[in-house]
Amino acid sequence: MFYKISRIFALSTFAVLIIIPTLVVVLGSFKGDLELMTKPLALPESWSLDNYRELFNNGEIGRNFRNSSIVTLFSVLITLFISSLASFGIARMINVTGKVLFILFSLGLAIPAATSIIGIYELFVRFSLTNTLYGLVVINVASTLPISIFILTAFFRQIPHELFESASMDGARPFRLYRSIALPLSRPSMAAVAIFLFVITWNDLLYPLLLITQADLKTLPLALLDYRGEYAINFSMIFTAVMVASLPMVVMYLSMQKTFVSGLTAGAVKG
Amino acid sequence: MSRTETGARKGASPRPKNKLARANDRVLILMALPAVLIYAFFYLYPTINNLRYSLTNWDGFKEAEFIGISNFERMNNDGVFTKTLGNNIEFTLLVVIFQTALSLLFAIFLLKNSRTTTFLRTLYFFPTIISSVSVAMVWQFLYEPNLGPLNVFLNSIGLDFLALNWLGSETVTLRAIAFTQVWFHTGQMMVVYIAGLQQIPAELYEAAEVDGASRWQQFKSVTWPMALPTTAVVMAYTTIQSFRAFDLVFAMTGGGPNNSSSILVTMIYLTAFNEFRFGYAAAQSIFLIIFILALTALQRRILRTKY
Repeated sequence: MFYKISRIFALSTFAVLIIIPTLVVVLGSFKGDLELMTKPLALPESWSLDNYRELFNNGEIGRNFRNSSIVTLFSVLITLFISSLASFGIARMINVTGKVLFILFSLGLAIPAATSIIGIYELFVRFSLTNTLYGLVVINVASTLPISIFILTAFFRQIPHELFESASMDGARPFRLYRSIALPLSRPSMAAVAIFLFVITWNDLLYPLLLITQADLKTLPLALLDYRGEYAINFSMIFTAVMVASLPMVVMYLSMQKTFVSGLTAGAVKG
Repeated sequence: MSRTETGARKGASPRPKNKLARANDRVLILMALPAVLIYAFFYLYPTINNLRYSLTNWDGFKEAEFIGISNFERMNNDGVFTKTLGNNIEFTLLVVIFQTALSLLFAIFLLKNSRTTTFLRTLYFFPTIISSVSVAMVWQFLYEPNLGPLNVFLNSIGLDFLALNWLGSETVTLRAIAFTQVWFHTGQMMVVYIAGLQQIPAELYEAAEVDGASRWQQFKSVTWPMALPTTAVVMAYTTIQSFRAFDLVFAMTGGGPNNSSSILVTMIYLTAFNEFRFGYAAAQSIFLIIFILALTALQRRILRTKY
């Protein structure tokens, strides 16, 4: 009895703690600021799209959205391609090089990204890569390679050797083995890594903050900080921007839950 | 490629196609090359460069001067640095303890599959996919001292004395952010725990039930010891995650008020890009790297001797 009651109490408390803020944001984006402040949980008196209109017409949010999309898409695709090639190489190498490389990439896992910002900033200034979207792609790729390689190498090592052996008897060389055996088998792992990369790249603040100052190149998280400054304490406008920034991830999460959950926990379990 | 994993590990003596294997290895290294180059040049090299900057008084613009180890000596007498280190330790302890405990609790409660548990698992995991900046803005609203829902609620049920200035007071701000961090990532760790708990053989619980073990006894003698490896993973990941909470802290308070919520990663950023003391920030970075590597090694040793 005591167990049952405490279970229900704990579960519903945490559920409420997530549902209420979510509702406040969703409903708030259709309200004026005064209405949001006085009645945060009530349905909007009239479902007005004014906040969205204001944000898209007077703000730069459409452009921010585009920048985030470009940077995320290219970062994820390039990282996936390069890291799967490298992981296959590392997993299949027989001499020590494979181990050394693996340790080298593992080093990048434990250390917080913020510890390399000074060097990155200096390097990117020197090569005029600041205030460019491709500069952002480059640093995203470089900084997400360790985790992708960590997860994919673990997967490639699990593929039974016999599969490769019979193919190499027939004369298949490493690249063929990668393309026609390893890649098709790794589809679920690749999907998980892709989702993981999507979420962390789309949501990242540190690198845009470090490298982008030009307004028309800002990504959504960075722009959100600006909107907060611009609309001061106008939370209904801020929540509208939060809605726009979160919508793609929410839609993807609801339609591909399993891949999302496995992707976002793979980093934890294998890291 | 007539080798096997075990053969390779033992140094495999009979290897008739040795030449081919070596040629293949060369191809494999080539496949790894793009990743190695990008990672080494754009990530590893800038990180290692901290060593060089940390011995200078570089300000980001002017030519840097060599000043020896005085950046490291300065840390001892820097009130902001010691305060931040203390904050970070408190933040990490709070987050690790509460996030581990709650995620284990929820995992036990939601282990069995039903419509309700599936829905709650989906719901609890949901914050994980939102950006730290968005989460920060939402909680800034909830924590708003005068009109924010939290204080309005506390006042309405007569708990006025609990209605604090959550993000504006030197005593509670760090804890308020730690609470948000736990809210943010508990669902993710719960999923890790559920995967771990599902590995525990059902017979163990059946045997315990036959012996008349209570729920608490079952937890103590079956769940907890069997889940220790998962606990190790959860605690290690949560620790690293708490050191990485740059986005959340930066967007919520920027380390304020009066550095009371400053953690190491936000301090490094602000030292470099607000105070333009790049050399000193590099020294702080090196400190953080060593600190975290030592902590991870220590954690591993403790958790290894446990099982």
